[in-house]
Amino acid sequence: MATRSLVQAIHDGLAEEMRADETVMVMGEDVGRAGGVFRVTEGLQQEFGPYRALDTPLAESLIVGAAIGLAANGMKPVAEIQFADFIPPAFDQIVSEAARFRYRSNNAWNCQITVRAPYGHIPGGALYHSQSVEAWFCNVPGLKVVAPTYPADAKGLLKAAIRDPDPVIFFEHKKAYRLLKQEVPENDYTVPLRKAKVHREGTDMTVVSYGVMLHLVLEAAEKLAGEHGIEVEVVEPLTLYPLDKATILESARKTGKFLVVSEANLEGSVSGEIASIVAEEAFEWLDGPVMRLGAPNVPGIPFAKPLMDWYVPDLERIQGKMLELARY
Amino acid sequence: MAKPVTMPQLGESVTEGTLSRWLKSEGDEIQKYEPLCEVVNDKVDTEVPSPLAGRIEKLLIQEGETVDVGTEIALIAVEGEADETPAEPPVDEEAPEPEEALAAAPAAPGGDGRESLAEKSAEELRLTRSSPVVRRLAAEHGIDLRQISGSGIGGRVTKKDILSYIEELEKAPAAPSADGEREERAPAAVAEEPRERVALYEGDEIVELTNIRRAIASRMSRSKREAPHAWTMVEVDVTGLVALRERHKEEFRRREGISLTYLPFIIKAVVESLKEHPVLNSVWDGDRIVLRKQINVGVAVDLEEGALVVPVIKEADSYGIVGLARKASELIKKARGKSLSPDDITGGTFTVNNPGALGSVISTPIINYPQAAILSAEAIVKRPVVLENDAIAIRSMMNLEVSFDHRVLDGGAALRFLNAVKGRLESYGPESGVS
Repeated sequence: MATRSLVQAIHDGLAEEMRADETVMVMGEDVGRAGGVFRVTEGLQQEFGPYRALDTPLAESLIVGAAIGLAANGMKPVAEIQFADFIPPAFDQIVSEAARFRYRSNNAWNCQITVRAPYGHIPGGALYHSQSVEAWFCNVPGLKVVAPTYPADAKGLLKAAIRDPDPVIFFEHKKAYRLLKQEVPENDYTVPLRKAKVHREGTDMTVVSYGVMLHLVLEAAEKLAGEHGIEVEVVEPLTLYPLDKATILESARKTGKFLVVSEANLEGSVSGEIASIVAEEAFEWLDGPVMRLGAPNVPGIPFAKPLMDWYVPDLERIQGKMLELARY
Repeated sequence: MAKPVTMPQLGESVTEGTLSRWLKSEGDEIQKYEPLCEVVNDKVDTEVPSPLAGRIEKLLIQEGETVDVGTEIALIAVEGEADETPAEPPVDEEAPEPEEALAAAPAAPGGDGRESLAEKSAEELRLTRSSPVVRRLAAEHGIDLRQISGSGIGGRVTKKDILSYIEELEKAPAAPSADGEREERAPAAVAEEPRERVALYEGDEIVELTNIRRAIASRMSRSKREAPHAWTMVEVDVTGLVALRERHKEEFRRREGISLTYLPFIIKAVVESLKEHPVLNSVWDGDRIVLRKQINVGVAVDLEEGALVVPVIKEADSYGIVGLARKASELIKKARGKSLSPDDITGGTFTVNNPGALGSVISTPIINYPQAAILSAEAIVKRPVVLENDAIAIRSMMNLEVSFDHRVLDGGAALRFLNAVKGRLESYGPESGVS
């Protein structure tokens, strides 16, 4: 095993899949010669040539539309949307075409594409480089939406996504790209889709989170254990859609107190879906209101640093919310 | 058709009521606002007026029964409407779909008990309904939540609280009993009270608890159990105040029709001192302290038949001596005449105890939970006192004490407050005037 950052782990996952299967390819803006704006696809064009590491025009609808066509002709494209903020032009291709390919053709055709998109807040990212748009796709049957946080999970999930016969939207938190490092296995392995992960066992409450917020939640959980003797169970969905209800409900029933933390706008969010599953199916086990912490309903993450800090939950607010629930 | 009458909410934070007496029988005609029944709640008896005019079709609960606020207690057949469709929910003509009509029912005005549940504050609901898991565990084990002291927000019983309570119950050995019926429901019986009866001897008399006695018992126990009490005392030289009262009392009685006691002077000194020392006018709230803005002073009133009530002078800082005298006299009169309303005895933020009126010279009062402190004013007695110039003089002296919740404040704060009260009472002289 070697210590890898999230960027490196995703790079390795792509390179390994491309070596193992010559129908796997990457495509997107600057993914080829430049190696990607975040260096995720660095070296892939040198190793696999310009057609399997394909530079595309600045046209997201074309990127996904072409990927669908390539998939229909036997390729397994991994399309990169440079920033999730720019995914709307590709929305129609993803939602109206890729998601329904199997259903529309009465199971005759599948659409084996992976759409990678860096999301989440980053200082200075503001309106076009910082949004969390995962909820848009979590209301679309036919899609799978994956959002891993840590490098080892990301590599295994990316491989599973590429091998999955149906479209997978793969969100990567860009602030986590170089912030999070861990030991990543070098052998060929996958992490199953549609399966949540319990990062930390606890008895007093369950906190579900993903992305950089998850990292802060785990830090807050350690502090709460040390300072208050409160044991928090931390669950990461990994696949946001469809959700692993069983793992989430099992934890909610065990602890009786439930909080979801994400940096997305709260209304109509994935957090809302998770919270309502628990409210509906774990009601008799609940010992407090199902709580959520997220971003305010503001059109976009502000550019000014103090305003961004106000917008995105921080360690202090996360810890405060957890304490509030613990003391309920 | 018959419409239900529900248990009304008698005062803030009141969640249930005991029906003490029906004033009407089934079949009786009743006018709107005509008294229907009497309800007792902790310390207050109240006549409940009928919200409807009609004929009483059915009385749904028995005398002596205690039910939650919002529970249906009677059905009244409303005049002019036949009662052949009693069980059908009213179908709104504008909502032809039955589903819609049902969905609208809980929110409809004049609806059933759910409506008043919705009107309750989250704080009240938390205490009585806690959470789904706690309610389920309580039902499974036959436990009354009120038996458990809660560690959650606002005293809510948490899952942990009830689980450890159940564990305690299971540890406690089941009392062997010849009475099969009692044995069968042993967990519930134990849950109610670990009741080991005292031995009875010939001639002993058993007095069943009145509601008021039970309320006093539970509140005093809770206060002593939860609030760590500390106590301190100062001596006050009220010679000047005694002279002032002597000078004015005849004229005051003639003018106001009530006697001028020391109580309004004490309350005024307390209120002014609370403003300087707000921590005494506060409430312990689990993980924080709430400083009350309003100063609502409760006055402990002894009722001779073995009861104590604490009517509250709301916003006591808006009255002078005369106003306080009138207000206190009015509340005491209502207390003795048993005509206090539920609102008269709620909302207190600080309590003044006046055992001096009964001759006490020292007492250690129990805090009126969840307030932070209580003050006792003792009897004024003439005593030889060494003055500042080392002369010995006969002075009118009074002991002033506070019991305080040591979680909220410490002795220093209590004594600064007490000395502020003392200073104000000592500043009166025969010339001060009464206003």
